[in-house]
Amino acid sequence: MIAQSLASLWAGFGVALEWHNFMWSFFGVLFGNLVGVLPGMGPLSAISVLLPLTYTMHPVPAILMLAGIFYGSQYGGAIGAILLNLPCHPPHAVTCLDGYPMTQRGKGGTALGIAMMASLFAASVGIILMVFASPLLVNIAFKFGPAELFSIMLLGLLAGGTMSSGAPLKGAAMTVVGLLLGVVGTDVNTGVMRFTFGFTELADGVQLAALALGLFGVTEFLRNVNRLRVTNSNANVRLRDMRPSWAEMKQAFMPIVRGTSVGALFGAMPGTGPTITTIIAYALEKKLSKNPERFGHGALEGVASPEASSHAKIQVDFIPTMSLGIPGDPVMALILGALLIQGIQPGPQLITEHADIFWGLVASFWIGNVLLVLLNVPLIQVWVKVLRLPYRFLFPSALFFIAIGVYSVNNSLFEVGEVLVFGLMGAVFVALDFPVAPVLLGYVLGPMVEENFRRTMLFSHGSMSVFISQPISATFLAISALLILVRIYAAGRAAVHRRRRSGVSRSAV
Amino acid sequence: MSGRDARAGSPGGYKREYYGGALMLLLGVGAVLQGLDYKVGSLTQMGPGFFPVAFGVILALIGVLIAGTAKRPDGRVAIHDEVAQKVDGPEWRGWICILGGVAAFAILGKWGGLLPATFAITFISALGDRDNSLRSSFILAVALSVISVVIFWWALQVQLPLFTWG
Repeated sequence: MIAQSLASLWAGFGVALEWHNFMWSFFGVLFGNLVGVLPGMGPLSAISVLLPLTYTMHPVPAILMLAGIFYGSQYGGAIGAILLNLPCHPPHAVTCLDGYPMTQRGKGGTALGIAMMASLFAASVGIILMVFASPLLVNIAFKFGPAELFSIMLLGLLAGGTMSSGAPLKGAAMTVVGLLLGVVGTDVNTGVMRFTFGFTELADGVQLAALALGLFGVTEFLRNVNRLRVTNSNANVRLRDMRPSWAEMKQAFMPIVRGTSVGALFGAMPGTGPTITTIIAYALEKKLSKNPERFGHGALEGVASPEASSHAKIQVDFIPTMSLGIPGDPVMALILGALLIQGIQPGPQLITEHADIFWGLVASFWIGNVLLVLLNVPLIQVWVKVLRLPYRFLFPSALFFIAIGVYSVNNSLFEVGEVLVFGLMGAVFVALDFPVAPVLLGYVLGPMVEENFRRTMLFSHGSMSVFISQPISATFLAISALLILVRIYAAGRAAVHRRRRSGVSRSAV
Repeated sequence: MSGRDARAGSPGGYKREYYGGALMLLLGVGAVLQGLDYKVGSLTQMGPGFFPVAFGVILALIGVLIAGTAKRPDGRVAIHDEVAQKVDGPEWRGWICILGGVAAFAILGKWGGLLPATFAITFISALGDRDNSLRSSFILAVALSVISVVIFWWALQVQLPLFTWG
């Protein structure tokens, strides 16, 4: 089976290196890198902006490009975090903690170099895992019926809503809002129009690009306008600075390995967000360090480990997305949505039926990650200049590209209006401290959840016990229940802890 | 992590929990009411209203829970919340200009064409930033209009005509 995987991987390289596919992959990586560097733009907005473009493309280059944008922007985000203390994308908030102090001490180049090495190493490990784990998972996944699919989706939704970031209840609420948005449109079973409020334009449901661009484009601009202050750092990185010394590499090696393990572990769990992953990787390094007081003042390990973990997670995330059709996090949900629009159903059949997509994607990861290293060394000067691009010019331009991009999907100005509505909605949610990312997860999974539940009920003649009488489904439900119990326990303990602490402080006063 | 304590201690933090919970309750109840209009059916014979009602009930319950636990907000606040979401006053100028810009694109796209729509969205939204003057917004809008015509109208041949009326 391993030999078969390697043979398929070889064929995948053939697909990924086809001139046409390679160019789109390269373009995606470059664009992602650029957008990742831009202040206030993360992978979600980067992928959403180019999503409309992929509708007319062949599926293979489309998915290669979107994946390239994803890890490219992750790469670019580290540059902003290290040089300007600007976490463009939440996972990089942790990188800021030690990356920026390193820049202040004139070691910004070294931090970038180490981040780059960590990323490449972690991505490689993630890719190898993907090559060997996916076919194994597929063998199991073929045993999945609608009941199992429903249970694992429930688990994915629960985990995605409660474990990404922010308060678990609020994440869960946002997931349900997403599920409701997924209901909008014509019901496939009966033809009834649901939640269309008389707009015939909504008969086909809410437009994925409009939703994503509203929630992650317009909402971000509304949140950042006049608030995002770009500190002008004296970051002047020369090529020479980017090569870490042997001692530094030795110092960073074990943190990179540990960060990669953390990322791989969390990537395999559906729904755990990248932010949590990096926070845990950072905390682990701090705990293991002989002198933890260095952290926060420019410890090399504090850059190496979180960066490695987030890149390992990105790659491993593709395993459940492609082989089960369960996206690990919102970015994956977006990529899954793009696949669905192309008419490709991710799931156990994907690897056998669309071998070119799956293995081409795996091969392109490697090519893309090597390209990133090659690109970033000469382009670092350009990125530093891009970082200084004023936000006041950036967001009006981005708004225009969003509007024209959404329009061109279906030549519909109505969908530009959808962007406006979702942007406003997202801003209200953000103002009330809700994380908006789970909305997308719910929206993409919603129709699948409904269909699989309906199918299960059809087979079982309306008996809910089928979910616990089947072992695989029961396992997933048990894990879901455990997840909720752990949450309740943690919330209860935190409340007790806080009450005790406030009691102490009151008595001290 | 001092930011978390400061926020949890401020009355604004609680109020936000209440409003947030109330909003979810409202959305959930709305979904249920609307969903009841479609046929709900039973587990054996599910109608189109079954899932809207089910999701609505769940959302309403979560809303109640959020508002109900507002007195003791959950301790888990992600790091990025503290970095990115410092509580500032309202930013009406920025908000109105951004939303107005997008709305202007949707309206002028129909009753004006690509060029006026492009100019409007960039000009209006650029004015939302306090550092932009009328002049710098105008220059930016002109620059993007040129890009728009060259890339989208000429090269990519977007279906939107340059000028139109309805």
